[in-house]
Amino acid sequence: MNVAVLLKQTPDTESVIRIASDGKSIVTDDLKWIVNPYDEFAVEAALRLKEKHGGSVTIISWGPQRVVESIRTALAMGADTGVLIDDPALERSDSLGVATALAAAVKELNPDIVLCGSRAVDYDMAQRGPMVAEFLGWPHLALAVSVDSDGKSVTIDRPIEGGKVVLESSLPAVVTFGGSHAVWNPRYASLPGIMKAKKKPLAVKKLADLGVDAAVVGAAKVRVTSMEMPLQRAAGKLVDGGLDTAGKAVELVRALHQEAKVI
Amino acid sequence: MGKCVCIIAEFRHGAFRRVTYEVASEGKRLADALGVGLCAVAVGSGVADKAAELGRYAVDKVFAVDDPALENYLAESYVPLVADVLAGCDPAAVVMSASVDGKDFAARLSARLKAGLAQDCTQVVCENGKIKAKRPVFAGKCYGWCEWAEGALPVISCRPNVMDCLAPMEDKKAEVEKVQVSIPQTRSCVKSLDLDTSGKVELTEAEIIVSGGRGMKGPENYAMLEELAKVLGAAVGASRAAVDSGWRPHADQVGQTGKVVNPNLYIAVGISGAIQHLAGMGSSKFIVAVNKDSEAPIFSKADYGVVEDLFNFVPAFTEEIRKLKSSCS
Ligand SMILES: Cc1cc2nc3c(=O)[nH]c(=O)nc-3n(C[C@H](O)[C@H](O)[C@H](O)COP(=O)(O)OP(=O)(O)OC[C@H]3O[C@@H](n4cnc5c(N)ncnc54)[C@H](O)[C@@H]3O)c2cc1C
Ligand SMILES: Cc1cc2nc3c(=O)[nH]c(=O)nc-3n(C[C@H](O)[C@H](O)[C@H](O)COP(=O)(O)OP(=O)(O)OC[C@H]3O[C@@H](n4cnc5c(N)ncnc54)[C@H](O)[C@@H]3O)c2cc1C
Repeated sequence: MNVAVLLKQTPDTESVIRIASDGKSIVTDDLKWIVNPYDEFAVEAALRLKEKHGGSVTIISWGPQRVVESIRTALAMGADTGVLIDDPALERSDSLGVATALAAAVKELNPDIVLCGSRAVDYDMAQRGPMVAEFLGWPHLALAVSVDSDGKSVTIDRPIEGGKVVLESSLPAVVTFGGSHAVWNPRYASLPGIMKAKKKPLAVKKLADLGVDAAVVGAAKVRVTSMEMPLQRAAGKLVDGGLDTAGKAVELVRALHQEAKVI
Repeated sequence: MGKCVCIIAEFRHGAFRRVTYEVASEGKRLADALGVGLCAVAVGSGVADKAAELGRYAVDKVFAVDDPALENYLAESYVPLVADVLAGCDPAAVVMSASVDGKDFAARLSARLKAGLAQDCTQVVCENGKIKAKRPVFAGKCYGWCEWAEGALPVISCRPNVMDCLAPMEDKKAEVEKVQVSIPQTRSCVKSLDLDTSGKVELTEAEIIVSGGRGMKGPENYAMLEELAKVLGAAVGASRAAVDSGWRPHADQVGQTGKVVNPNLYIAVGISGAIQHLAGMGSSKFIVAVNKDSEAPIFSKADYGVVEDLFNFVPAFTEEIRKLKSSCS
């Protein structure tokens, strides 16, 4: 089974985010970059599919040269090859544009299944997977917390509010990954894995190589025109005043009932 | 400009979900600002009979796509059907909920319509006929305002529990047009759908959440939080440390790689307040922290902090709430 994983590099979840002087982007100079955690789950699931069915795992990513490091991380985990779409036109793009480029890269590879994160922890759009599927004309199954395939079809568990849905599709299909570290327990790259990853093939492509018109992809339908920081919460107070445990419980209930009016 | 603001209703097992009323309310405010009417597209089995109800939340007209084959949400069938209806009603904006299905639907619909999507918005405004939507990014560490290119159709999904609901107009009914459709052939399908009938409150829709972290020391101690939650009518959440330890199911994880919640009241018990946890609950209206370490970062976000051993404090607190509830009733 040939698997393609769409992988995005995002700032570390520990990062302090500051708004840049243009007022509509963030300061990136001092950021540490990681593989989007949900994409790490997708890589883990891809490797398990490969272990079961054979075939190969290809990582596809759009971004600048720094993204090579994240692709290598996935290769060190056990993926086989990487494709980096490095084209400045995409910087002016929106989710539709990026999904168009990713779909074109998928088409060229012609895999049996495409796996990706349900969302990226930076801009958190939760858009790319379903968009790529629509552009490919494939079904998509979103927010998988389990995935199973017999090589012809794929089945997932999808949590919804107050319950669970089991979805199935014939292949080819797109699956997006939800869940948490506890669910997927993504493997670490081993030292031999890291050594091997350095020699694995990684192709760098421009939009033109994929037959995508940069002018179309660069014409964003929706743009971010400004960014702002959340309102600072007013300083909280400690329920204290020399009270004992029971006294604090009484005081907290009073405050929540009479001041905050939330209970 | 289009003729109406169009909302997408969410219908599950014979009833509209509450988020649909929030979306209708937000849709109405936007429609008024644009000086147009409010329409809805409602898909589901048996939805046509219920569709007039949406009038209570200011919807003028509902396009009902009703077929037994549409019992459960499936992107592959719902998206083309709704896209066809939208093509016929020329909307100025399309608004839906950023619920689990809503987000999934919004993404695929936008691709089909080649329209720009702002997902999970917490505020929508209209200035001189131009729509802007605000959405949290970096898990709420900051916000971005989105605007659409000239002539582009805004597609907006609204974060649940955020938009104010209109007071229902009990006697108002929406006009219902039953749309004749042929059900698309799909390669994907819903094999089963299980809803939890235990009456457990869903985290993302809860008004009050009690969350426990590593400080709970073990799975058995969550009974204490369940008890507190029961008295409060709350849902129970957890930190990643508690989930990774196998004490709680992953569906309970709150944070950047878990659920983003915004209840009226969030009570963090034995949780230190790591940046990834704060990202998931920082927009709660009221935050209470119970921690024995007065230096724990969670206190910087808490409206009320209690420095106590949770094993002593939680039972005392539960007892006080029980007293309050019985004196109120
Ligand atoms: C503050 C701010 C707000 C924005 N809001 C919007 C908006 O509302 N609508 C909009 O259209 N654009 C918006 N943009 C534009 C933005 O630059 C990109 O569209 C955004 O980075 C893409 O969203 P995401 O990465 O969160 O994707 P998601 O849709 O959350 O990503 C889901 C999955 O798609 C795959 N994927 C995503 N990106 C890549 C990639 N580069 N390479 C490989 N796989 C990938 C990954 O598997 C990922 O897990 C915004 C930008 C900013 C700065
Ligand atoms: C990529 C990534 C994603 C992540 N995503 C998430 C996420 O989605 N959600 C999340 O929660 N975390 C997430 N984390 C993990 C996060 O960094 C923290 O490790 C985690 O939140 C810690 O959980 P905790 O507060 O329960 O545990 P700890 O940090 O160990 O805190 C336990 C607290 O309990 C207190 N305590 C102990 N005993 C008692 C007692 N008897 N009475 C009162 N207080 C007591 C202690 O003082 C301490 O403050 C993520 C991390 C990474 C790297």
